Amino acid sequence: MGDMDSLYSKKVMEHFKNPRNVGEIENPDGIGHVGNPVCGDIMELYIKVNNGTIVDAKFKTFGCGAAIATSSMVTEMVKGKSVEEALEISNRAVAEALGGLPPIKMHCSVLAEEALKSAIDDYLNKSKGR
Amino acid sequence: MKRIYLDYAATTPTHPEVVKAMLPYFTDAFGNPSSLYSYGQESKGAIEKARVEVAKLIGARDEEIVFTSGGTGADNFAIKGVAFANENKGNHLITSSIEHYAVIEASKFLGKKGFKVTYLPVDEYGLVDPGDVKKAITNKTILISVMHANNEMGTIEPIAEIGKIASEEGIPFHVDAVQTVGHIPVDVNGLEVNLLSMSGHKLYGPKGVGALYIRKGTKLVPFMHGGDQERSRRAGTENVPGIVGFGKAAEIAQQEVDKEAEHLSYLRDKFIKGILRQIDHAHLNGHPSRRLPNNVNVSVDFVEGESMLLNLDLEGICTSTGSACSSSSLEPSHVLLAMGFSHEKAHGSLRLTLGKWTTDQEIERVLEVLPKIVANLRSMSPLLKSNI
Ligand code: FES
Repeated sequence: MGDMDSLYSKKVMEHFKNPRNVGEIENPDGIGHVGNPVCGDIMELYIKVNNGTIVDAKFKTFGCGAAIATSSMVTEMVKGKSVEEALEISNRAVAEALGGLPPIKMHCSVLAEEALKSAIDDYLNKSKGR
Repeated sequence: MKRIYLDYAATTPTHPEVVKAMLPYFTDAFGNPSSLYSYGQESKGAIEKARVEVAKLIGARDEEIVFTSGGTGADNFAIKGVAFANENKGNHLITSSIEHYAVIEASKFLGKKGFKVTYLPVDEYGLVDPGDVKKAITNKTILISVMHANNEMGTIEPIAEIGKIASEEGIPFHVDAVQTVGHIPVDVNGLEVNLLSMSGHKLYGPKGVGALYIRKGTKLVPFMHGGDQERSRRAGTENVPGIVGFGKAAEIAQQEVDKEAEHLSYLRDKFIKGILRQIDHAHLNGHPSRRLPNNVNVSVDFVEGESMLLNLDLEGICTSTGSACSSSSLEPSHVLLAMGFSHEKAHGSLRLTLGKWTTDQEIERVLEVLPKIVANLRSMSPLLKSNI
């Protein structure tokens, strides 16, 4: 099958078929829980932070192929990054890392970015309280 | 990988016999049916032969059949044609909220042009209540249009009851029968319809051709203006190979419809039972018995339809879904919403439609693959832990 025969890029399909980091983290340092106002999908992102560095990330997603692939990709991208660096990751960067998304599916990558931001916010709030 | 095609409601493969019948009309018998020399008259004869077959399939007279570019062409012709021909009588149309886009959008267009349109609700199974039709009628009503069976749910509507009401009131009744003609017996007299839309490629004919049945005496304005083809109702040089193919498909359907409906009903019920047995938290959508023989439509909780569809596609299995994620509007299907589905339940919907060449083995293969796909998607679903 050529590229024109499929809705998504090879990379998207690869992450969709074998999503990395599916699941939950026990005692996470931050949890992001976001819903997609566009089509009603849901994503949860868990992070483990050690000395300001994200050492682990996992996700659970209810959504389309693009939502699953961007969730998988964003968890890959944040691992090993400092919290500040991770906050810089945009939905475009995630989509680009996946070899692009169809325009109508860009909002699914926004979901991934928001889940990440929300998990980091949760971490920052918790660490303030300590 | 062998492909398993389970989207016959979207389109059917063209029957080999149909292709064979069409071929000469591209090359040897290419004449314009309007030409008077024998080449042309040969094409004209072929069109008339096809018209007879299509008419026979629905119990009509051949002069009541007008060929169109397809189901959408027929729906547009019927709705706009009747509305504009009866403007002096009234401006009210009645249809249902689960019609095909061709009917919904044509009605909305008329709504913008000053017509009033009532979109009747449906119950949880997708059924229109004939009582609602009766109540909606006013002295300005000039058309009632209700589909024979819904393309997503397969629910078969009480057309004969509605037809009776329409004919008592003397209001033209249009039926979009794109999903039923060739698949279950359709008789325009028994159903008391004035107009009925059909499509070639839904019954193993070619794409790009359909027909509108127009009961003698029904007033409607021409759909295309130009030459006097199709008794000046639909101008334009006829799609001769397409029409010949449609005619052949109609001829085959007359012979095979009963047997095929029986066989597909058996496969359908086996399929539905298998899915509901093997996947917990799965539900049948649409009516359990008033249902097209080839339609299986289920909702699977906690998973999203497009991701199910993609996983099935990776296994070579072609299906469709009413999930918001799979539509260009990012809205769940209007049919599911009209049936009162929550966004979540609409999200997990999956339609599998069978056809002439669907086998037991193919269904067994899906029953083997689908539960695994669902389990895998559920393992990554954040909806699950709070609900089970
Ligand atoms: S999550 Fe709904 S379209 Fe991607």
